[in-house]
Amino acid sequence: MSQSHRLPAGGRIDRSRSLSFTFDGTRYSGHPGDTLASALIANGVHLVGRSFKYHRPRGILTAGSEEPNALIQLGLGNRTEPNIRATQIELYDGLTAASQNRFPSLEFDLGAVNDTLSPLIPAGFYYKTFMWPQRGWMTYERAIRRMAGLGRAPDGPDPDRYEYRHAHCDVLVAGGGAAGLAAALAAGRAGARVIIADEQAEMGGWLLSEGDTEISAKPAVDWVEKAVTELAGMENVTLLRRTTAFGYYDHNWLGLAERVTDHLGPYAADHLPRQRLWQVRAKQVVLATGAIERPLVFGQNDRPGIMLAASLRSYISRYGARPGKALVVFTNNDSGYRTALAAHHAGIGVAAIIDSRAEASGPLPQSARAAGLRIYEGHAIIATTGRLRVDSVRLGRLAASGDRIEGAGFGIPCDLVAMSGGWNPNVSLFSQSRGKLDFRAEDGVFVPGQSFQPLRSAGACNGVLSTADCLAEGFAAGAEAAREAGFANRKPAALKVTEPDCPAAAPFWLAPPEKPLARAKCFVDFQNDVTAADLKLAVREGFQSVEHVKRYTTTGMGTDQGRTSNVNALAIVSATLGMEMPAVGTTTFRPPYTPTSFGAIAGRNIGALFDPVRRTPIHEWHAAHGAKFENVGQWVRAWYYPKPGEDMHAAVNREVKAARTGVGILDASTLGKIMVKGPDAAEFLNRVYTNSWLKLGIGKARYGLMLGEDGMVRDDGVTVRLGEDRFLMSTTTGNAATVMTSLEDYLQTEWPELKVYLTSVTEQYATITINGPKSRELLAALTDDIDTGNEAFPHMSLREGTVAGVPARVIRISFTGELSFEINVRASQGKAVWEALIEAGAPFDITPYGTEAMHVLRAEKGFIIVGQETDGSMTPDDLGMGWAVSKVKPDFVGKRSLTRSDTVREGRKQLVGLLTEDPKEVLEEGAHVVQVALQQPPMAMLGHVTSSYYSPNLERSIALAVLKGGRALIGKTLSVPMPDKVIKVTVTEPVFFDPKGERANG
Amino acid sequence: MLTIPCPWCGERDVHEFRSGGEAHLKRESRTDNLSDAEWADFLFLRANPKGEHAERWYHVHGCRRWFNAVRNTHTDTILAVYKPGEAKSEVSQ
Amino acid sequence: MRRYSILALARNALGYHEGWERAWRAPEPKPEYDAIIVGGGGHGLATAYYLAKEHGITNVAVLEKGWLGGGNTGRNTTIVRSNYLWDESAALYEHSLKIWEGLSQELNYNVMFSQRGVMNLAHNLHDLRELKRRAHANRLNGIDCDFLSREQVGEYCPLINLSPDIRHPVLGATLQRRGGVARHDAVAWGFARAADARGVDIIQNCEVTGILREGGRVTGVETSRGTIRAKKIGLVTAGHSSVLAGMAGIRLPVESHPLQALVSEPVKPILDTVVMSNTVHAYVSQSDKGEMVIGAGIDPYVSYSQRGGFNVVQDTLHAIVEMFPMFSRLRMLRQWGGIVDTCPDASPILSKTPIEGLYINCGWGTGGFKATPGSGHVFAHTIARDEPHPLNAPFSLERFTTGRLVDEHGAAAVAH
Repeated sequence: MSQSHRLPAGGRIDRSRSLSFTFDGTRYSGHPGDTLASALIANGVHLVGRSFKYHRPRGILTAGSEEPNALIQLGLGNRTEPNIRATQIELYDGLTAASQNRFPSLEFDLGAVNDTLSPLIPAGFYYKTFMWPQRGWMTYERAIRRMAGLGRAPDGPDPDRYEYRHAHCDVLVAGGGAAGLAAALAAGRAGARVIIADEQAEMGGWLLSEGDTEISAKPAVDWVEKAVTELAGMENVTLLRRTTAFGYYDHNWLGLAERVTDHLGPYAADHLPRQRLWQVRAKQVVLATGAIERPLVFGQNDRPGIMLAASLRSYISRYGARPGKALVVFTNNDSGYRTALAAHHAGIGVAAIIDSRAEASGPLPQSARAAGLRIYEGHAIIATTGRLRVDSVRLGRLAASGDRIEGAGFGIPCDLVAMSGGWNPNVSLFSQSRGKLDFRAEDGVFVPGQSFQPLRSAGACNGVLSTADCLAEGFAAGAEAAREAGFANRKPAALKVTEPDCPAAAPFWLAPPEKPLARAKCFVDFQNDVTAADLKLAVREGFQSVEHVKRYTTTGMGTDQGRTSNVNALAIVSATLGMEMPAVGTTTFRPPYTPTSFGAIAGRNIGALFDPVRRTPIHEWHAAHGAKFENVGQWVRAWYYPKPGEDMHAAVNREVKAARTGVGILDASTLGKIMVKGPDAAEFLNRVYTNSWLKLGIGKARYGLMLGEDGMVRDDGVTVRLGEDRFLMSTTTGNAATVMTSLEDYLQTEWPELKVYLTSVTEQYATITINGPKSRELLAALTDDIDTGNEAFPHMSLREGTVAGVPARVIRISFTGELSFEINVRASQGKAVWEALIEAGAPFDITPYGTEAMHVLRAEKGFIIVGQETDGSMTPDDLGMGWAVSKVKPDFVGKRSLTRSDTVREGRKQLVGLLTEDPKEVLEEGAHVVQVALQQPPMAMLGHVTSSYYSPNLERSIALAVLKGGRALIGKTLSVPMPDKVIKVTVTEPVFFDPKGERANG
Repeated sequence: MLTIPCPWCGERDVHEFRSGGEAHLKRESRTDNLSDAEWADFLFLRANPKGEHAERWYHVHGCRRWFNAVRNTHTDTILAVYKPGEAKSEVSQ
Repeated sequence: MRRYSILALARNALGYHEGWERAWRAPEPKPEYDAIIVGGGGHGLATAYYLAKEHGITNVAVLEKGWLGGGNTGRNTTIVRSNYLWDESAALYEHSLKIWEGLSQELNYNVMFSQRGVMNLAHNLHDLRELKRRAHANRLNGIDCDFLSREQVGEYCPLINLSPDIRHPVLGATLQRRGGVARHDAVAWGFARAADARGVDIIQNCEVTGILREGGRVTGVETSRGTIRAKKIGLVTAGHSSVLAGMAGIRLPVESHPLQALVSEPVKPILDTVVMSNTVHAYVSQSDKGEMVIGAGIDPYVSYSQRGGFNVVQDTLHAIVEMFPMFSRLRMLRQWGGIVDTCPDASPILSKTPIEGLYINCGWGTGGFKATPGSGHVFAHTIARDEPHPLNAPFSLERFTTGRLVDEHGAAAVAH
């Protein structure tokens, strides 16, 4: 358990405590403050994964979220997570981690055969083969899929919880390094509401890793501590650690993912969510997202032990780890020397500094020389060796042109290589915000140009490199952002910074390898195994747009989104084409900045909260009485009420019979209800319904069809006139909101001259339908102020009074063809009235019936259900409801479309009834009807069965259908071809029961 | 995630609104005077410009009122909002 | 065209892969062509290919303002199926699906058409009724379509949350086994290479800025690379159809909306089919690379910005996590948007226009990718013969005047 590669002192780790963890089953220890990556390095572990395509051994390349190689399967079972960067995993006691994409083991991976085959499988090879035989791809694909895929998904449902937080702020600062902290300080001091988010456990960014930098004559980390303390003390500032600003959307809306308990592992308190999604609308944004070091592209630059130079400094200074004993630095700029010096001071042997520049003369190279370090100017690494870890580099002298080696190469043994190709400003969020990038040729970087949203970039993401510049830009950006948001402030004084001078790097894109390029394995995209040769192949084959190169080679398409590879790839493509980099383009940066868990994005809107549940005021009664429910849109409705021992069929038959022989009771509260009020209410209804409304008497009810402007039936329902200027409209359950929106639209935008107000009252009333020959007696038993007599209270009329002692509107209407009353009471009284009806109905054997029985009852009468008999393609006439369309009204919604050539043509589908030869045979809803059933498809279809039930009242099956030219087919025998048989049917009128409609009037 | 300045309520998130498509399509009061082609034009044909677009919005989870906006459909910048019945504002970029 | 094969790969490996030729040429535009296709996406390239192959019209240019396949071809979730409701749609998409089945061989380019099945879930009685209606119609149209019970759904795709207690429980599904997914970029590249081999000029970075007309017929186009003349011009510019049609003075029954999609990080294979649900609004399949490829919804407003609101992505992931609770810990890797042309009846337009010699192919909404080869095939016919192929005759512009729509929205809402 010894941390063999831990430096004796230093770093921001808590050496007083040890944490135990396992990697691939081996137990190791680390300290609080470690990442999994730093702890593995401190234990001498470099080999941590296998690459995507060639399964090459890979180590830890970086110390941050840009890591392409060290992807880990973290945790177990339902809590396991694939592809987590070891550089971002904070160590906790008992952490379990495993490497990915290897079988049977990391050291011996059978998939590595792909590496041997690599000459045969260059970029895009799969487009050129696996084409024989025609169905062969399914077999090849199975094997390919197994090889691909990196980590494993969890075994079962996620046990953790995720939360949302919505926030507004004046200034959002993305990034908590030198520039970000400075910006937050400036804006916070000005009084602006500030949110500052940083993806790491500690604010400070690279300042935490630079032991050689002083601010105000003290170590940089002291300034960080002071700044964070000051920010934490400001009430107007929210500090978010472990929080990634992952997406920059329109109108300054940003998504932030906060990892609340991931770093605690099993020690997290139960009340905390695992992650929290911050949805922030910011007046102003300061992007302080830093820069990412650029790898150098050279032969076999991917071996474990080869890492980015600044990241190596981070492991040394921040984590007190010693990644190796013999270091070779390969650089094109002075910051490589900074790493060499840091390693040298930490007691790591520096075998060589290889500098691609002909001459290195800055202060850092001079210090390195003074320290006695061996420097090879004008040299490049041309190859490396080592199986599971680098054990030597080979280098050679660069020709003046830089694209070939002069003379023989030679080797230097080492176990660690640090490479530095300069810095790429991290412009991902800027680019997401629709900002335009500018190209800076001298160091080959893209920097923020014209911004589109209210934002500014500061610090390394803006292309400056020194801490002094980062701080100055941060202060200025924060102050300016606050000012733009309305908070006056003064220019802050500059801080004195002592740091090594590290000028920008002249680009060095591709070190000429020792082997031919196609065999040299000069990796550009480490995760997806894309080499310089692959890029050149793509260009050769005509894939020359940067997007084509990306898609053809998969460069930049890994889980790191090409953080370390995109610019190198672009440079190599540009050089191959002989074009300037900006002319070739830059790839689009897409959200999220780093992968963001589905759970956090989904928040709590899953499970019971996935979709609101709407229940009627009587729901509890239904549940208590054994109802089965069905979902209708968001509503949950009683479907049927089986008695003990009854199946659905028996229950529905019983309910249907009762509703025609005694009294049935239905909870119809879900029907949409809209109060239409105002002097022009009748005129308004006259325009939105197909029939006439102007002369409807007060207290009368009328059925109406509502069309779309395309002439198709969209809704139906009964509306009653409560007064001269008051109507209560009912809509179908599912369309209530759509109808309301559409009515408001007409009222507000087409006919603003109409004086009408609409109010949705669906949930204000409970609606109870009692139905059947005994319903009048039942109603009479519960009211003493409504005359229920047939003449006194005729069909299609309304009476207001009391039912069961509470105020009620009773409407005599029927959706079953029986005598029927719809009792509307206040929602809060619905359940009590229902129970009173049930009690008073006991002598009549009152039977609650659900939606299924309701469907059967109305189908017996041939009444349509919008959405079942209609599908957006049926006109009133198609439904045999031409009677509901006024011939005299000058206009109504949809009228014009009823005379278009297609709506008046012959052969439209029309609603008819179908009776099967065998009365017991119930057709399947959705089955199609043909003139003549053929042995084999295709068969010309006439239409389909829209509703089909067993009718206990008729003691046979019945069905409704819409058939081409249906009404002309009445009396004909047709066929319904099913997979296993053909069912003969006779076409009938769509009304099966009481065709004269006498019962409702009884 | 657009912010839409409702002329009655002020700035709100886009998910409070429903988009109503192209604005200023006039529904004739006597539609039966229109030819099939004219009617089809009203029903279905849309300007759908890449650039400034006069469009309707409905503040469905707010004041429930309709209004018009001019938005650049390429940049999604909202250039003006105005109430129904008001003329399309002079919008200059 | 040098043929691709495993042997060609082996041969080239010996030469360090330096012998591969360009997949397609990069010619300078000629002053005049017999036909111009505006738009270098899958549909446009397929149209050019079939003009050359089926109709012998090889003096053809495909003009692309950016890079081939950079529009919806390269941005969609690659689902291929033909189980449409109406006869007209079913015939068109089935025509396409049949071509898909031999497309890699036809183009000598592996488009990775993976017939892993497409499942459409039903969550309520209304869904069941609608899916059964569709399944029966498909069967009688000769299109494979199975109906699965809830238990069979579980057997076919064990990952789906089949608990009866969830908000929208799964009650059943249709399954089109011949449906599946394909590699979107390869479709564009494969058609480009094959069209190029038959003489078609594929011209990238060439933006059409005007459509030239004389006396009611087209004569050519103005482009960022000069005037190019042709007597026949096909517009195949999904997303920007109204803009291009507007250059010829034509208003379309089309609106352009953002459509978003996303992928997770890659994981080892766990989802072996395509799962779609209209009711909870989730579409997901797993790519060969291992990413969950997820289609989000359309943003409701017109936009050409190729980006939409994050709320649409959230809504989609609510549904995904609800249907696949173990996906909660997967992570969104990339999210992007395309621009889709939507038609009032959710069916495409493949049509002549009022201007002689000008043809338009647009309005595919969210579902154009699956139609790529079939659409190109019948659109080439329309251009070559100046009359629609029987399969695309129902998809004319006139249908909006006559009212003969092919309304594939189905019954959007359930009533009663």
